[in-house]
Amino acid sequence: MSTEQVIQVLQERFPGIDFAPRPLVATRKVTTDQICVRIPPDRLVEVMTFLRDDERTRFEQLCDLTCVDYLQFPGATDRYGVTYSLLSLTHNHRLWAKCFVNDPDPEVPTVTGVWPGANWMEREVYDMYGVRFTGHPDLRRILTWDGFKSYPLRKDYPRTGLGEREDYPTLTRESS
Amino acid sequence: MVKQAEKYVTAPHLASREDFLTTRLDSLVNYFQNWSRKNSLWPLPFATACCGIELMATAASRYDLARFGAEVMRFSPRQADLLICAGRVGIKMMPVLQRIYMQMCEPKWVISMGACACTGGVFDVYATVQGIDQFMPVDVYVPGCPPRPETLIQGVMAIQRIVEREGIRSSQERGKGYQLAIQETYGLNVSQTEKTGGQVH
Repeated sequence: MSTEQVIQVLQERFPGIDFAPRPLVATRKVTTDQICVRIPPDRLVEVMTFLRDDERTRFEQLCDLTCVDYLQFPGATDRYGVTYSLLSLTHNHRLWAKCFVNDPDPEVPTVTGVWPGANWMEREVYDMYGVRFTGHPDLRRILTWDGFKSYPLRKDYPRTGLGEREDYPTLTRESS
Repeated sequence: MVKQAEKYVTAPHLASREDFLTTRLDSLVNYFQNWSRKNSLWPLPFATACCGIELMATAASRYDLARFGAEVMRFSPRQADLLICAGRVGIKMMPVLQRIYMQMCEPKWVISMGACACTGGVFDVYATVQGIDQFMPVDVYVPGCPPRPETLIQGVMAIQRIVEREGIRSSQERGKGYQLAIQETYGLNVSQTEKTGGQVH
């Protein structure tokens, strides 16, 4: 089954959602082999559970879960695009899905109930972009240190930081 | 006899001669202690990046750090007296490095090996320490990216000279060390970021 047929199945099952196929890379004009659909955040878990369990789709594996910051991206209307990469081992087909959220309180429901492997990937997205995953069992920072307040992969975060790397206890010869 | 003894005790020039003898003995003992200490440095390799590969090459047969008596690499800070920090250190790694330094017994010395450990190198980002000497004492800086084994050997020889000169004096007696003034390095590029406005290129 090709990805176009998967999207057709989705459109039949969820008529209320616009599953228009788009190119994964937004600047590309032509839709190539990497096809992406948009899923609204409030129906994300429902759609993902269907994609995993339905006989025709059978996406057993969540290959990747990441995020893109579309701040001042040409033509972009939403800021954070949480991206899901799905793979069906049974049918050998793939699908990309994006879920768009916005400031000031970006929130996406967690898919750890659908694929347990999403746990640490969602923690990474939370750490780097500040997107909160509601219902996540253990939403802590995973890469940066305790006490770090910013979200470093946001486009408006300066590369050299906001002074976090200077604000740290110093060890001298006397104190050691 | 009694008079002579009193004279001996009270005579200032004789007392100072005795002190002089003791001092000479002390310095002689110290000299041999330092000599043995500098020729049996036990390094702790804190290798986090490509500098660690050069550190291994230095310890291996071709460059042979054993010629300088520093071949016993110890992976426990309790048994080491020379910390070689080879590679970049993140902010999240810094407490580990500080803990290791505190666990080492006196006397102890630190080599900051390579551009990243000395200054942060090319990694001028929010998560990387811009020189470990901002947060802990460092005795010898070894430049290079990564330094060749000869350069590291020169650094070890510099440590040997320090050991010969200072010896058993503890780190506290050595004074304040080399604390650099922490300058704000993050403010430099903020205006640049604002200029481009985080534009996607």
